Amino acid sequence: MPNKIRKLPDSGDVQVPIGPQHPSLKEPESFLLTLRGEKITAASVRLGYNHRGIEKACEERTYIQDLYLIERVCGICSHAHLTCFVQAVEEIAAIEVPKRAQYIRVVVGELERIHSHLLWLGVAGHEIGFDTLLMYSWRDREIVMDILADLAGNRVHYGVTTYGGVKRDITPEQIKDVLKAVDTLEERTKYYIELAKNEETIIKRLSGVGMLKHDDALRLGAVGPTARAGGVDRDTRRDDPYAAYPEMKFKVVIDDHADVYGRTLVRMGELMEAYSIIRQALTNMPEGVFRVRAPRRIPAGEATGRYEAPRGEDVHYVKSNGSDKPERVKIRAPTLANIQAVTHMLEDRYLADMPIVVAAIDPCFSCTDRLIGIKDLRTDKKQTLDWDNLRLSGIKWYQKRGVDFSRLNEKLKRSFK
Amino acid sequence: MDILQQLFNIFIFPGLLFLFVFALAAEFIDRRLYARFQNRMGPPWFQPLADFIKLLAKEDIIPQEADVATFKLMPVLALTATVTSFFYIPLWNEQALFSFNGDIIVVLYLLTIPTLTYFLGGWYSRSVYSMIGAVRSLTQLFAYEVPLFMSILASALLAGTWSLSGMAVFYNDHPWYWLFNLIGFATALVALLGKLEKVPFDIPEAETEIVAGSFTEYSGRMLALFRLSINVEMVVGASLLAAVFLPFSLDGNLVLGFAIYLFKVISIVAFIALARSIFARLRLDQMINLCWRFFAPIGFLQVLINLAIKGFFLK
Amino acid sequence: MKTPGKILMQVLESVGKKPATLNYPQEKPPMAKGFRGKLKFKPEACVGCMLCTKDCPSGAIQIKKLGEKQFQCEIDLSKCIYCAQCVESCARKALEYTDEFELANIDRGKLKIVYSAQPPANTQPPTNVQPSTNAQPQDPTQK
Repeated sequence: MPNKIRKLPDSGDVQVPIGPQHPSLKEPESFLLTLRGEKITAASVRLGYNHRGIEKACEERTYIQDLYLIERVCGICSHAHLTCFVQAVEEIAAIEVPKRAQYIRVVVGELERIHSHLLWLGVAGHEIGFDTLLMYSWRDREIVMDILADLAGNRVHYGVTTYGGVKRDITPEQIKDVLKAVDTLEERTKYYIELAKNEETIIKRLSGVGMLKHDDALRLGAVGPTARAGGVDRDTRRDDPYAAYPEMKFKVVIDDHADVYGRTLVRMGELMEAYSIIRQALTNMPEGVFRVRAPRRIPAGEATGRYEAPRGEDVHYVKSNGSDKPERVKIRAPTLANIQAVTHMLEDRYLADMPIVVAAIDPCFSCTDRLIGIKDLRTDKKQTLDWDNLRLSGIKWYQKRGVDFSRLNEKLKRSFK
Repeated sequence: MDILQQLFNIFIFPGLLFLFVFALAAEFIDRRLYARFQNRMGPPWFQPLADFIKLLAKEDIIPQEADVATFKLMPVLALTATVTSFFYIPLWNEQALFSFNGDIIVVLYLLTIPTLTYFLGGWYSRSVYSMIGAVRSLTQLFAYEVPLFMSILASALLAGTWSLSGMAVFYNDHPWYWLFNLIGFATALVALLGKLEKVPFDIPEAETEIVAGSFTEYSGRMLALFRLSINVEMVVGASLLAAVFLPFSLDGNLVLGFAIYLFKVISIVAFIALARSIFARLRLDQMINLCWRFFAPIGFLQVLINLAIKGFFLK
Repeated sequence: MKTPGKILMQVLESVGKKPATLNYPQEKPPMAKGFRGKLKFKPEACVGCMLCTKDCPSGAIQIKKLGEKQFQCEIDLSKCIYCAQCVESCARKALEYTDEFELANIDRGKLKIVYSAQPPANTQPPTNVQPSTNAQPQDPTQK
């Protein structure tokens, strides 16, 4: 019986499943909340509904095919993942990327940050029941989506970065268009900042919710705006600069509210910084080639790419063995770092805060899901489940509940042979 | 002849059919305005009717553990209660279809029944989201009912009658007295938002937290009836506020009076759409705080003002 | 000043504004220049190097040799992810993308598009576009 009330013995507590399918979650993920009245007394997160085996799939495809697979790790930060991966591969192959390409990567990266943060603002508005904010911010996001489609050829998967540079150059007319769009967006963002600072119902719903103080953020390994709202002064763009960021002047936005309200202000502040970075990059764009030839076979070696995605630091590890396929790819998406903090942030809050607390880390669950093998160091025993065992345990799970799939399983097995 | 007249009144005008059409029209106005406020196109005029017909055609699913009788009864009860209360409200003339001294209490009572049916329907769905929604709608009831009662009763106190039709007569005789009730009108509008479970008080059906609250398990015809009863409640609530707080132009001819009545109700529906688009949803604790600390005292203030006016001017 | 309902002015203003949404199938937004949509194949330019099939991340494109310098290209729209890597890989510019994007279809057969040079026996000049509905069924196990 799904969603059945589960009363815990000897207390008035009730367990409420939020997810895997729930209107507040845009992707399947399971949160189990223990409620006393409207208060959350305990919360647990269960990952793994979105496992796509993407790392293994990368190993079976050529580097060129991987470009498009890696891009599809995430729908929102596709440029972040792609550039992160490409940077690692370029480091192994020692490809010198032309200056102009670096600048174009920065421009697209910051445009993507704008689109991601405006999307987040809308989602946050929706989670607290403020749908007008959702409609307005997504309407304004259309401007940046159109600009990205114009620059890259698609609204979501831009496919701009490639080994040795970028695929498309920016023309002077496009530069003019982007600058014009940035002016409009800046004006709108100023309005949203004004709104977030003065609209009382927003402040009531956001401030004091989902506290993650400086020390907790460090202890739980939070990254990106989630950590920066707690005063953690970290930004890969400044700490380990890549692409053309060393030549850009920008400040890392931090805040000391440490709650969802602070995260809103950090993201809005980052929008303002993004506009300034885009203006700098477009006005100082160096002339020259935007792409150099890259080999199809990447020499043996290994490298790690770091990239400050809109949601936090993204890390890609690539190991190559000299063939045209990578030997190992490891992706650490920012949500994986932030999801640990969610249970901490939910404690002693109300049920009504749950959607906005989860949304405040800007989660991207399908980016996050990886298979983790646990190895006991003392006994050397591995805790992984292979396909056959998974199937068997599934059959047992249903048998306990009165449904027998074992005959169907036999039938299927025979038909596969 | 008399019976035919009554049947006509109950089933056609101003009874079921008129309410059905008006409720769907009100939903359209609400949705269209909401969309325009958000710079969207919004649905075409037949969308509420299309939704209603589509839901009628859908399968009714009753959860295994639900109490079947209660589950099925509640939507009908909600609709019946709201439609019944409509007959006691004077619309475009001084006389409602039915009236007696004390009908104001009956109307307020009948308008509480839908909330109770949401509670019972949700509670007996035995689904976790429905139960949380059910408890929330009952908790919310205790918060908004007090300011609503206070402000409506204050208006009745001034008129010195417990009948809505009697109030209409009084305010028609004293044309500008309704201006004394403006504070109460504002309070009642806010309370109406709570009653209709609209943003910022849509806590019992907060989509992002508890799916659809009490209605999570409802589908097909029963959901259609629930949705219709919410829309009818919106029209009836708006008519009640119009009758109590905007009691002007009640004499005169039928056409003009009817047009003015429609205008009053649509203005209140437009206000609801506006409120829906400019606020974020409050949390339950914040909502209760707001109602008890702020709106209940204001309602009480209105009672005191009206008592004072009655003491000084109407003697 | 902190007050509720700060967005009121914008909300009232937008009633008079043109809606930001479109009545989609009746009105269509202009596509961006250089939008990567449905692929187009020019059989006369193809030399059969097969780089496009090799680089395609989803195995959506297949080139068949019909005769001397005669090639047929079969694109499976249900597999294509519109990345346009094949356009980039093609040294002879035999592939290009169009801005066509309304490609959904209930019939899987209609999602397979064949661009073919005319067989040598036929004397007609090689036409470029020939969407064919009766494409050969593909082996589902094939990568």
